[in-house]
Amino acid sequence: MSKKMHIKLNVNGKDEEFLAEPRELLIYTLRERLNITGPHIGCETSHCGACTVTIDGKSVKSCTMFAAQADGKEITTIEGIGTPDSLHPLQEAFKEHHGLQCGYCTPGMITRATKLLEENPNPSEEDIRFGMAGNLCRCTGYQNIVKSILAAAAEMNAAKEAAE
Amino acid sequence: MKDEVESRDDRVANLKGMGCSRKRVEDARFTQGKGNYVDDIKLDGMLFGDFVRSPYAHARVTNIDTEEALKVPGVLAVLTAADLEPLGLHWMPTLAGDKQMVLADGKVLFQGQEVAFVVAEDRFAAADGIEAVEVDYEELPVIVDPFEALKTDVVLREDLVAQDGSIPDGAHGPRTHPNHIFTWEAGEKEATQQVLDNAEVLVEESMYYHRTHPCPLETCGCVASMDKVNGKLTLWGTFQAPHAIRTVVSLISGIEEHNIRVVSPDIGGGFGNKVGAYPGYVCSVVASIVTGKPVKWIEDRMDNLMTTAFARDYHMTGKISATKEGKITGLHCHVTADHGGFDACADPTKFPAGFMNICTGSYDIPTAFLEVDGVYTNKAPGGVSYRCSFRVTEAVYFIERMVEVLAIELGMDAAELRRINFIKKEQFPYKAALGWEYDSGDYHTAWDKALTSVDYDGLRAEQAQRVEDFKAGKTRKLMGVGLSFFTEIVGAGPVKNCDILGLGMFDSCEIRIHPTGSAIARLGTISQGQGHATTFAQILASEIGLPADSITIEEGDTDTAPYGLGTYGSRSTPVAGAATAMAGRKIRAKAQMIAAYLLEVHDNDVEFDVDRFVVKGAPEKFKTMKEIAFAAYNQAIPGIEPGLEAVSYYDPPNMTYPFGAYVCVMDIDVDTGVPEIRRFYALDDCGTRINPMIIEGQVHGGLTEALAVALGQEIAYDDMGNVKTGTLMDFFLPTAWEVPNYETDHTVTPSPHHPIGAKGVGESPHVGGVPCFSNAVHDAFRAFGLRQTNMPHDHWRIWKTANELGLHD
Repeated sequence: MSKKMHIKLNVNGKDEEFLAEPRELLIYTLRERLNITGPHIGCETSHCGACTVTIDGKSVKSCTMFAAQADGKEITTIEGIGTPDSLHPLQEAFKEHHGLQCGYCTPGMITRATKLLEENPNPSEEDIRFGMAGNLCRCTGYQNIVKSILAAAAEMNAAKEAAE
Repeated sequence: MKDEVESRDDRVANLKGMGCSRKRVEDARFTQGKGNYVDDIKLDGMLFGDFVRSPYAHARVTNIDTEEALKVPGVLAVLTAADLEPLGLHWMPTLAGDKQMVLADGKVLFQGQEVAFVVAEDRFAAADGIEAVEVDYEELPVIVDPFEALKTDVVLREDLVAQDGSIPDGAHGPRTHPNHIFTWEAGEKEATQQVLDNAEVLVEESMYYHRTHPCPLETCGCVASMDKVNGKLTLWGTFQAPHAIRTVVSLISGIEEHNIRVVSPDIGGGFGNKVGAYPGYVCSVVASIVTGKPVKWIEDRMDNLMTTAFARDYHMTGKISATKEGKITGLHCHVTADHGGFDACADPTKFPAGFMNICTGSYDIPTAFLEVDGVYTNKAPGGVSYRCSFRVTEAVYFIERMVEVLAIELGMDAAELRRINFIKKEQFPYKAALGWEYDSGDYHTAWDKALTSVDYDGLRAEQAQRVEDFKAGKTRKLMGVGLSFFTEIVGAGPVKNCDILGLGMFDSCEIRIHPTGSAIARLGTISQGQGHATTFAQILASEIGLPADSITIEEGDTDTAPYGLGTYGSRSTPVAGAATAMAGRKIRAKAQMIAAYLLEVHDNDVEFDVDRFVVKGAPEKFKTMKEIAFAAYNQAIPGIEPGLEAVSYYDPPNMTYPFGAYVCVMDIDVDTGVPEIRRFYALDDCGTRINPMIIEGQVHGGLTEALAVALGQEIAYDDMGNVKTGTLMDFFLPTAWEVPNYETDHTVTPSPHHPIGAKGVGESPHVGGVPCFSNAVHDAFRAFGLRQTNMPHDHWRIWKTANELGLHD
C-alpha cells in the first residue's frame, strides 16, 4: 500500500477532507467514503456514464478518475441538482416524459444533461443524441430521454425569458 | 358533497385506473439519485468478496495456494472448493436439472470460471488478495464448437460419465455422447417427414442465432448477512425471483426457510440476467457464516459479460414446405444448442429448450416437428431468456427467416406470403402443431394496419427504383424493407406444466385496505424498471374503486410479500396482474356486502360503479369505497369479519399470446456496410392496455435491445475459449446516436382467459424486433441473390455480404 494522500474536495457545496490511497477512484470516494450513492457504477471503463458527475464545470466519468486527481475541485452529483421541493426542470421533464425505467442510468444521464443544456441551451434532437452518446441506457431506447431533454430546454428557456 | 357533483367521467379519471398514462410513482426517487440498489446497501462491518477467476477455458486445477493472499492487509479469508465441500456447497443445482461448480472442483470449464473467493475489508484489498492467490492450471483441449463437441474424445464433464465409460441419462432423458446434454422433441416426426418428402416446394436453410448477453446497466450482486444471534440470514440481491431464491438457498444451505429473508431492492435492469442463482450468492452466504459479518459481492462488467447468463447460441436448421401458391404445409426445425460448461438454462423444468416449440409462429402450419440437442462446450453457462419468454426470440427469428427464404424461393412478396398463411381470427383458440393453444389473435387486421401505415406498396416501388439506380451507378445505397410478424408465448405458466425446481409458476397478490380508504398491495413479482408500482396500482384502482395514488405497491421482500415466481418471461402482468385483479375482486365482493348492510338492502340489490356501490335503480343511494373501507373497521356487521383484506394465488389456465407487426426501412451503404434505419414502425397487440405510456416505453426499449442484438451485439470466443467481447468497448450497447425514433401503434385483442384481458408487452418488441432488423438487412440484398447471412449484422459483416455478392466489383 502506498502512502496516503491528503485530499480536499467540495462536493455539492460541502467541503470534504480526507486521507486516501493514491489508487482510490473518485466514484469510490463518492459512494463509499461520502455515502453519495446517486452516481452508479456500470462498467468502470468510461463507457456507460452511470457515474457521470460535474467537476469544475465539465462532465466527468468518475469511475476512471482518481480521487487525488480531483483534489481541490468542485464536484456536483445528482444529489446537488434540485431538491425534493424544487426539482430541476430536467428532473421534472424525465418524470413527465417517461425518460427513465430502471433508474440506474438516470442520475448520470440527468447530470450530463445539465451540462449539455448549459453548453447549448437550444439543442436540436441531433445535438442531444450526440451530446448524450457517452451515457448508455438499456431500458428506454433513448427516445423519451431525448424528448425529456428537449422539453426541459424549452421549459428553462421559457423561464429565462419570463425572468428577463 | 364533492362526490355528488362529480360526473362519472371525473370519477373514472380520478382513479387513474387502467387505460390511462399515469405518470410513474417510482420516478421521484430515481431522478433525485435516491434509488436503493444492492450496491447502495451498506451495513456495519460489511466485508467485500470477489473471485479469483480462471484465465483458461478448459484446464485441470492442480493446486490453489492461498497462503500469500491471507497475508495481504485487509484480506480475511479465501474460500476454495475444498472449504465448501464439507458443507456440500462446492457444487450447486442449476435451474435446468444439472449441477454447477460453485468454485473450481479440480477443473475449470470456461474462461472466467470462479476458482476462489477472497473476502476482504474492501474492494481494493480483495483485488490485492486475488492477485496473491496462486493457482496451478494444467491446460486441456478447448472445445468451443458444439458440433465438434459431439464428435471429440475430449470429455468436458467427467462427473457425468460412469466409471465403465457409459453415459447415464441426464435430467431430460438419454444422452448420446459425453458432451451431449439432452434431445428434446415436439410434434410429429414421421408425419412431418412425409409432408416434406411430398412437397411441391421445399426450402432448407441453416442459421446461427449467435451468443449474446442481457447486460443490464447494473451488474449482478448481493449482500449476505448471517445474524448468528437470532439465526436469521438476510440476503439482498439482484434477484428477478426473490422467493425462488429463498427456497433454493434453504434447500442447498439447510437453513430453514423461515430463517431466510431475501430482499430484492431496486434493480437496475434485468432482462433475464438476474433470474439464475450464481456462485457469488452462495459464496457470499458462506463467507458471512464463516466471518460472522455481512459480505457484499458485486460483479464488475467483465465478470458479468463473461460468466453470468449468456443468451441464445442456437444453431438452427429448418425445412419448410409449401404449395406452389405459397400455402405452408410443413415445418421441420433442428437446433444444436450450445449450453456452455454447465446446463444452467433458466427454463421451466419440463422445457429444456424453453418454448422453442412456438416456432410455427403466427402461421397455420398443419404439420411440424422440432428437435433440440443440448451440448456442453467450454463456454460460460446460462442460456437465459434475454428480454423474451423462454427461447421465444430464437423461435420467432427462425420462423420469420424461414418465411422470408420461402418467399424468395417462391418469387413471392414476403408480406403476401405471410398474409395467406396467418392463423385466421375465427380459428382461435388455435391448437398449433407443436402443442400450444393460442388464446386469441387477429393477425390480418394488425398486418393490414401496419402495411397501410407505412405505405408498403410505395416502399416496394421506391425499393425497385433504388435497385435500378444502383445498377445504373446512380447510388451506392441499397434499401431494405424488413418485415416481421410475431406471436409470443408469455405468462408462464399453468402449474400443470410449468414449474421451476418443482415450484409451480403461479403468482400472487395480497391487499390490505386501510380504514381511511387507502391501501397496500404486495406481489410475488419484482420490478426491474417495468414500473409495477405504477401499473399494478392502476389495475387495482379499476377493480376496487380507490385511486391509484392511494395504493402502495410493494414487492421483493420475502418476509412480507406473498410467494410468487418473480418477474421474467413477461409473466408479471399475465400472472401477477391476474392475481391482483382477482384479489381486488375478493375485496369488492366483501365491500358489496358491507355496502348492502349500510344501505339496508339485499346484497344483490347493489352494484359496483367506478368507485362505489349504488342501489340498483336508485343511483342517488350509494356508498363510496372509501366509506365502505371505514365501515369495515368501525361497524359491527352481523356475519362479516372486520377488516378488508384479500389474497389471491393465481394459477393461469393458459399462457397469453401477444402479437405484433413490425416494419423497418433501412438504407445500407454497400461500401461501408453501415445500415441507417430510416423508419421503424411497431404495432403491438398486448390485449388490454393498462398504461399506454409505459407500454410505449417498453416498446422503445425492447426494440433498441433488438437493434443491438441484430446489428452488432455478441459474446464471441476465439478457438482457445477466450472471450473476445468482455467489455463495453467490444460488446455493443447502442448509444442515443445510433438509435432511431420509433413509431408505435396498436390493436387490442384481449386474452379471453385473463381476468382483465391483458397479455404482457415487455418482451414483444425484442422478440419481433430482432427478425425485423435482420430481415431488413437481408431484404436490401434480396435483388442481388442473398438468401441467408448470420447475425449480428455489424458493419464488417454487411460489407462482407456486399463484397461476396460482387457489389464492390
